[in-house]
Amino acid sequence: MFIKPYGDTSDDGAVQLSFTLPVKHCGRAKEAARLYVQKLGFKKAEIVHAEALSEDFTFFVAYGKTDISLDYDKVEYAEAVDKYMSMDEVNDFIKTHFKRKLVIVGACTGTDAHTVGIDAIMNMKGYNHHYGLERYPMIEAFNLGSQVPNEKLLEYAKKVKADAVLVSQIVTQKDVHIKNLTELIELAEAEKVRGKMLLVMGGPRVNNKLAKELGYDAGFGAGTYADHVATFVAKKLYERMTSRK
Amino acid sequence: MTPVKSKLGLSKAKIAEARDLAADITAPVQEYIDAHTTVTVERATLRLLGADGANPDGVPVPNLVAAHCGDKLAGGAASFYLNALVKLSLTPAELNKKIEQGLNITEIPFTDTKRVQKKAEELIKGLDARIAGNVAHRNARLKACKDKVKSPQIYVIVATGNIYEDVKQAQAAALQGADIIAVIRTTGQSLLDYVPYGATTEGFGGTYATQENFRIMRKALDETGEKEGRYIKLVNYCSGLCMPEIAAMGALERLDMMLNDSMYGILFRDINMYRTFTDQFFSRMINTAADIIINTGEDNYLTTSDAVEKAHTVLASQFLNEKFAANSGMPNRLMGLGHAFEINPDLKNGFLYEYAQALMAREIFPEHPLKYMPPTKFMTGDIFKGLAMNTLFNFVSKATGQGIHLLGMLTEAIHTPYLQDRHLAIANALYVHNTMEGFMDEIEFKKDGLMARRARQVLDETSQFLAEVKEHGLFKAIETGMFAEIKRPRDGGKGLDGVYEKSAGYYNPVETYLKKKLKVGK
Repeated sequence: MFIKPYGDTSDDGAVQLSFTLPVKHCGRAKEAARLYVQKLGFKKAEIVHAEALSEDFTFFVAYGKTDISLDYDKVEYAEAVDKYMSMDEVNDFIKTHFKRKLVIVGACTGTDAHTVGIDAIMNMKGYNHHYGLERYPMIEAFNLGSQVPNEKLLEYAKKVKADAVLVSQIVTQKDVHIKNLTELIELAEAEKVRGKMLLVMGGPRVNNKLAKELGYDAGFGAGTYADHVATFVAKKLYERMTSRK
Repeated sequence: MTPVKSKLGLSKAKIAEARDLAADITAPVQEYIDAHTTVTVERATLRLLGADGANPDGVPVPNLVAAHCGDKLAGGAASFYLNALVKLSLTPAELNKKIEQGLNITEIPFTDTKRVQKKAEELIKGLDARIAGNVAHRNARLKACKDKVKSPQIYVIVATGNIYEDVKQAQAAALQGADIIAVIRTTGQSLLDYVPYGATTEGFGGTYATQENFRIMRKALDETGEKEGRYIKLVNYCSGLCMPEIAAMGALERLDMMLNDSMYGILFRDINMYRTFTDQFFSRMINTAADIIINTGEDNYLTTSDAVEKAHTVLASQFLNEKFAANSGMPNRLMGLGHAFEINPDLKNGFLYEYAQALMAREIFPEHPLKYMPPTKFMTGDIFKGLAMNTLFNFVSKATGQGIHLLGMLTEAIHTPYLQDRHLAIANALYVHNTMEGFMDEIEFKKDGLMARRARQVLDETSQFLAEVKEHGLFKAIETGMFAEIKRPRDGGKGLDGVYEKSAGYYNPVETYLKKKLKVGK
């Protein structure tokens, strides 16, 4: 099935854009913006708003129509988990299949001081009416907070015999998160703990595909709740346990 | 800021009760503070006496001196620096060079005390003149453009990591109407036990706070202000392990505001509590002397806890910050107490709770330039919803007469603001402020309506909470996780090894000067 953006009729290919160009606001700037949108591949381009941000910068709102379409059937993407369980279901699942609590250690690593992500997943209260992992009776959750060095995180995970490690990265300027996430994987390999515990990453600018590329077991982006992560951890550990038998 | 008539019917007696509890809670902590100094208090003292520069490895001169002092810091670092100036007959700039080259000034035999004290008097006179000059310049500029001062004042951040890029974005924002520019610090600077030296072009999610970067941005904002016939205020972060040193640099380079909280570092950066309490006191004296408005960090409580359930912890912290600041001689007009618009947007009547909370803060702290923070926790990446939420936030800010209005960005939770994001935020705020200019004076609330009841409830809960904190003592309360649901042991965290009990002969002429100027202590 080939698809194109839908504006107000099927396959009209309508796209909304906004951007800034480093030129003074004038008629020529507006025409330049229109040509630029065309150059991006939009057949029809219209600048609907132009405004000076300063003497040297102009902001534009543009609409474009494109002929480019995409074969949806050829798009490959694997979700970390097909179907998520609720908190109670996760607890029952762990009770039935593991007969012990699962241990999960989480942290916001490197120089990143933004704990909002890891807190949303781990703190008792959770986020948006989804309780955090600390509330799960069958999960022992340790939230190490912010700015945790990768070494410290792994050391702690080994100490408490973690089943899974959650790494949160919010700051992504200049791809600092990639460097930091890669370092953790390298450390885990050097210390031979990779494969012994699940390594899961999260953050607004990461997803499952990036996680796999970097060598993580899963990655969770915006809109993730504790039950998503808990489902993945429980099911994946169960899968590993049964495939070993 | 003019005091407003109470629209929520808050009880004056209840407000006074909460203030008394805050005074009782901070008193024993203040006793501890008065008997102690820290490595960064001593380094800040050295900076205010003229210590500056760094050795070829990038170790700043104040750190070199502090390292040479070691445990002698308990007696104060100033005497060594002053003694070296006298004995070697050098200016501070000349002495700094020698220290950069490896001179250990603690090995120089002491000259007589009188000459050291005379040197101190001379340097303090220069310091006082410089700070007074900065204050006079700011006040003159503000007076000259007072008809262009907005209420609330519009505050935006720049966070490129490169001071020269920051300048471009800051100047553009100022031209668009921003009154206040904050240069966000690079992640991790709060945990450095030194202040880097020189201009910097590398940082993540922000730019290093250095004295040179302060100068570069100050100059740029003065230029834009001159052109626009306005005064653009500059903000940085007086927090972390170098709190007093950042205050010193800000006082010298005419910053106008500093983020500065009495407990933020303890709770959210795991800095030792003894260290933070001691540091915040000294840094607040410096800020007060330089007429710098502090911004406290209560918004952070709501990023870890629920904004409805834990609303009282925000008010409790505001009372504590107010008292700690007053203890350092700070007048109300410099206390930008923080709070935030962080209630889940799905909650029914959430807007009314936000409105009640903001109005309550305004009525309880009528002279304080309250710092109001935008939604962040429930910003998703849906920039259109984000813009709508920011509009409601702007509404509450204007409708409750907030002082310092940090604008929300529609791209919050996606990336550091683009040039156009800041423009859209400023345009939104200017629109809301203008279209509802007289709204605050027009509106009154039902005596026992939802909002009045909510405000009363939060105040009651605050007093109950403060009474509990008083019972345990503040140190114990923090240890047991009463604030932000975060537990911090009193001997844990970073920076405890830099705390010293003042020895009997403790000498710090800068502290003496500040206390006298601000009428602090007995």
